[in-house]
Amino acid sequence: MSKEKKASMGWFKRIKHGILTPTKEKKETPEGLWYKCPSCNSVVPQDDHIDNMWVCKECNHHERVTAENYFNLIFDNQKWSEINKNLTSGDPLNFEDTKKYTDRVVATQKKTKLKDACRTAHGTVGEEQLMIAAMDFGFIGGSMGSVVGEKIARAIDYSIKHDMPFMIISKSGGARMMEAAFSLMQMAKTSAKLTQLAQAKLPYLSFLTDPTTGGVTASFAMLGDLNFSEPKALIGFAGPRVVKETIGKDLPEGFQRSEFLLEHGFLDFIVERKNLKTKMEQLLRMFKKG
Amino acid sequence: MANFLDFEEPIREIIEQLEQAKQLEEKSKVDVSATTKALEKKLKETRTKIYADLSPWQKVQVSRHPDRPYTLSYIDTITKGDFIELHGDRNVKDDKAMVGGIGTIDGQSVMFIGQQKGINTKMRQYRNFGMANPEGYRKALRLMKLAEKFNIPVVSFIDTPGAFPGLEAEERGQGEAIARNLMEMTTLKVPIICIIIGEGASGGALGIGIGDKVLMMENTWYSVISPESCSSILWRSWEHKEKAAAALKLTSTDMLQNKLIDGVIKEPNGGAHAHPEEAFEIVKKEIIKQLTKLVELDAEKRVNGRIKKFSNMGVVNEGKA
Repeated sequence: MSKEKKASMGWFKRIKHGILTPTKEKKETPEGLWYKCPSCNSVVPQDDHIDNMWVCKECNHHERVTAENYFNLIFDNQKWSEINKNLTSGDPLNFEDTKKYTDRVVATQKKTKLKDACRTAHGTVGEEQLMIAAMDFGFIGGSMGSVVGEKIARAIDYSIKHDMPFMIISKSGGARMMEAAFSLMQMAKTSAKLTQLAQAKLPYLSFLTDPTTGGVTASFAMLGDLNFSEPKALIGFAGPRVVKETIGKDLPEGFQRSEFLLEHGFLDFIVERKNLKTKMEQLLRMFKKG
Repeated sequence: MANFLDFEEPIREIIEQLEQAKQLEEKSKVDVSATTKALEKKLKETRTKIYADLSPWQKVQVSRHPDRPYTLSYIDTITKGDFIELHGDRNVKDDKAMVGGIGTIDGQSVMFIGQQKGINTKMRQYRNFGMANPEGYRKALRLMKLAEKFNIPVVSFIDTPGAFPGLEAEERGQGEAIARNLMEMTTLKVPIICIIIGEGASGGALGIGIGDKVLMMENTWYSVISPESCSSILWRSWEHKEKAAAALKLTSTDMLQNKLIDGVIKEPNGGAHAHPEEAFEIVKKEIIKQLTKLVELDAEKRVNGRIKKFSNMGVVNEGKA
């Protein structure tokens, strides 16, 4: 046996057997106090992370946040009024896979304290009125079913009635399978409603956040007068796994990320979360009706 | 050689017997007309019986039947060959999975668009299995805009397992291409009739599927996902495709009942593949019938009707105030 092998074996030898640290001296990271960045593994106090708008100070990774977080980030003084907040999903197909769809919805509502995957609210941004429909990825992958479609449709009606620009913050895996063709038709529905907004000459600002894929990309998310996104957000029609299976090769670095879409001409710009509010104020000022 | 699905086995047997009888007649000059007549009657009855009671999954199989007619066959027959195929999106290339062009039906000019599948292995590859790239959707849009300019109605034939999920498709904005069509078709000033003649898979189908009248042929399917993919995602295995097909409510009858389409076009006995010529005639009559009504309305009324129709789709609970 070579010396090298002997030495390397030593790495796996315990000098003393068993766990020797008494339980009371065990060091644990208390839940909720620290944030560990999934991108660069750096650890910061949760409060600092929130102060930095859920963006990693080390590597600029933009953590996925909720609709409510975006409302607070964008609207003046964190003041906003939510509309149609009690809309919930019907179950027109009596859908059942391994679980009943209605049970799945109720369980998700309990877990997330949300009603569905989209919330709509209006308020002022730099003193200009704005209606926002923002999606919650935590609710069945931010999937678009009848509620998402209806909330967007009603938000557009509200925008037209009150003559205010409209913004959608997309964050979705696509259509909600459990509503089958009803969810497919939400693509048609939202796109049809957007033609009314266009006719009213009101700006539609589409903000795409990580991730925006499937039927959402293939409908309202790509239809903004302006399309913009956060850095490194995954944006695509087919998911990366499906594309990889189709071409049978590894995907190029940065494929389907914001920077890739900007380069290929599908985004107007990328905005960091810390600059989002200022950018929105600037846009609303510039696109203000003369 | 005709192809038969597993549940069409009894039909295959009768057709074979019929052929044998005919061969016998040719060879031995024996009069077998009584036998053939009986067999033909039996064939008709068997087809009616089998096709009256297809499960959702069997309908999916029929929609993909290798002998089922595809878009260009419909167009060629309906226009009696008075058709000029038009190519290219004027940007990238000509998508072979999406065809289109101008033709006439009884003297009336019509702009046709539709996904095209291949009739044999080589053509299936050439047509990319009916899976269009962004340039396909953009070609379709170009032709629709052309139709609008010259006040020509649009007829789209839908038959696709989905929009192509390739690398270039993503680079060139598959999502944007489909989304753009949804919006543009909503406000297109000319009449649009969409007919699902085979598979209506998800956004790839919807991308040419916004119309004044959206019709499904009897033995087709239309949904957000194929039963196989649905099974693999929700049940984590491909084995539950029958269950998934039923759960998705993707048949023409279900879709009509849920008011997600405007009508069902009845197919010939034994499906469109059993009597293609009859299927072409039925579809032609339906197009004429619908167009006659649609051209009477003014453009604004049609557009508002489309917006209203799609806006009403969806089922929600208002919840407590």
